[in-house]
Amino acid sequence: MEKKRFSRFLSGGYLALVLVFVYLPIIYMVIFSFNDSKSMLNFTGFSLRWYESISKDRFMLESISNTFIVAIISTAVSTVLGTVTAIGLSKSRRLIREVVLEINNLPIMNPDIVTAIGLMLLFTSIKITTGMPTLILAHVSFCTPFVILSIMPKLRQLDDNVAEAAMDLGATPFQALVKIILPQIYPAILSGALIAFSMSLDDFVVSYFTKGEGLNTISTYVYTMKRYNYTVNALSTIIVVVVAVVLILVNLIPRLMEKKANKEEE
Amino acid sequence: MKSFFRMTYPYCLWIGIFIVAPMIMILLYALTKTTDNSVLTFQFTLENFARFFNEPSFLRVLLTSLRIALVTTVLCLLVGYPAALFIAGRPERTQTFLILLLTLPMWINMLLKTYAWRGILEDMGFASEVKVLIGMVYDFLPYMIIQIHTAISKMNRDLLTASYDLGANRWQTFLKVTLPLSVPGIISGITLVFLPAVSSFVIPTMLGGGDYYLIGNLIENCFVHTGQWNFGSAISLIMALIIITSMRLTKKLDREAQEA
Repeated sequence: MEKKRFSRFLSGGYLALVLVFVYLPIIYMVIFSFNDSKSMLNFTGFSLRWYESISKDRFMLESISNTFIVAIISTAVSTVLGTVTAIGLSKSRRLIREVVLEINNLPIMNPDIVTAIGLMLLFTSIKITTGMPTLILAHVSFCTPFVILSIMPKLRQLDDNVAEAAMDLGATPFQALVKIILPQIYPAILSGALIAFSMSLDDFVVSYFTKGEGLNTISTYVYTMKRYNYTVNALSTIIVVVVAVVLILVNLIPRLMEKKANKEEE
Repeated sequence: MKSFFRMTYPYCLWIGIFIVAPMIMILLYALTKTTDNSVLTFQFTLENFARFFNEPSFLRVLLTSLRIALVTTVLCLLVGYPAALFIAGRPERTQTFLILLLTLPMWINMLLKTYAWRGILEDMGFASEVKVLIGMVYDFLPYMIIQIHTAISKMNRDLLTASYDLGANRWQTFLKVTLPLSVPGIISGITLVFLPAVSSFVIPTMLGGGDYYLIGNLIENCFVHTGQWNFGSAISLIMALIIITSMRLTKKLDREAQEA
């Protein structure tokens, strides 16, 4: 018994170390975003100066808004496109389904940089100037495959008879789609959308090659800064807070709605 | 409902334009030379490939990338395996919580986290290679842990009990039961770490302080700074081929391991 407790203690210690490693940069950026001086390792006093300098940095503010505009639009587009395609694929002939899924896998298997330069060569060779529109197109094209992959397994579990029954009872195919199929796969659509959103927010490589001159997202802005910029810590901290709030809301809202529904039933 | 298959038409058009066409563009550029990178001046040639394989410095860049990726993968495996094993040994609710804790930081932009590492490691006196490796392991470790953990937690617990009943001690049980059964997880973990690590160029640039020039940097340079799109496309094609071949190989190994 004593030995078992000891090994549990050791394994717990190891896990704690791994978690410290994983959270170290996040703890670092939060603490040093409040640092008074330009020091990377000494905390000399509390101040909000770096938060103030974000509000004065026009380029940083622009890159923040670009990042979110691109992420929101490309999530919306790729979720709709991915859902429609996944439903279509589940009713397609096997050959077509396999070919489409194989091509769909390319952006997932390919290194980011290959996807990125491919898109860049495409845009420039058909003489489209790179900018916000190409950036969004590029994001949609690497996010949609993930949405499709997240919805397909759920569709495979669906019982076709329910939708058939609805149509026997006089529902149009569109009604069957909206009232029968969509409600059943809704959790998979939501998780697909979340994956798309986080992929888009996290992307650097594809944005870097398809954004065009003068336009920046947070990633490309940080990448092009030559000297260490302390303002980035403040920016990172704000993002940590935003992400935390979004994740809590996403997890909490369904639970609260469930509780409310339960209460109403009572 | 039969007519629902028409819903794939838009995406078929989409993948034609945004997935297939870009790949063809890379292939075309790799196999040609141009003036001013213009499509209208394509001239077929194999020069780009010859140039890459005849120049020792380019091959050295490729080897460095493969070496860094390999060391990163081994480190992730060494650090990640015990972590995955220890997580799997906890009660189910704790397991879910620990995996959640591991995945949460993945929501923060990778560049921002690497930027923080730059600050942390700034005055520590590490060699650039050590800094680059810390950054790479940091970025890929959660993928390795999650893959191995999934494999271990899918394992039938009765096998462990059976092994103990038959007189094996913990170490023997680990070597003869847990480890072989976690091989699929190890393999998919390696795929998820090694392959993206080969092409990564952001972490080496940000943490290596210019000492590290990997295949990704070479490609970036061709496209962003020197305007050699044909040569850059050829290098990307070579890299993509290496990656896709090794992916096929690991898949084959995986299948054989599962059959055995």
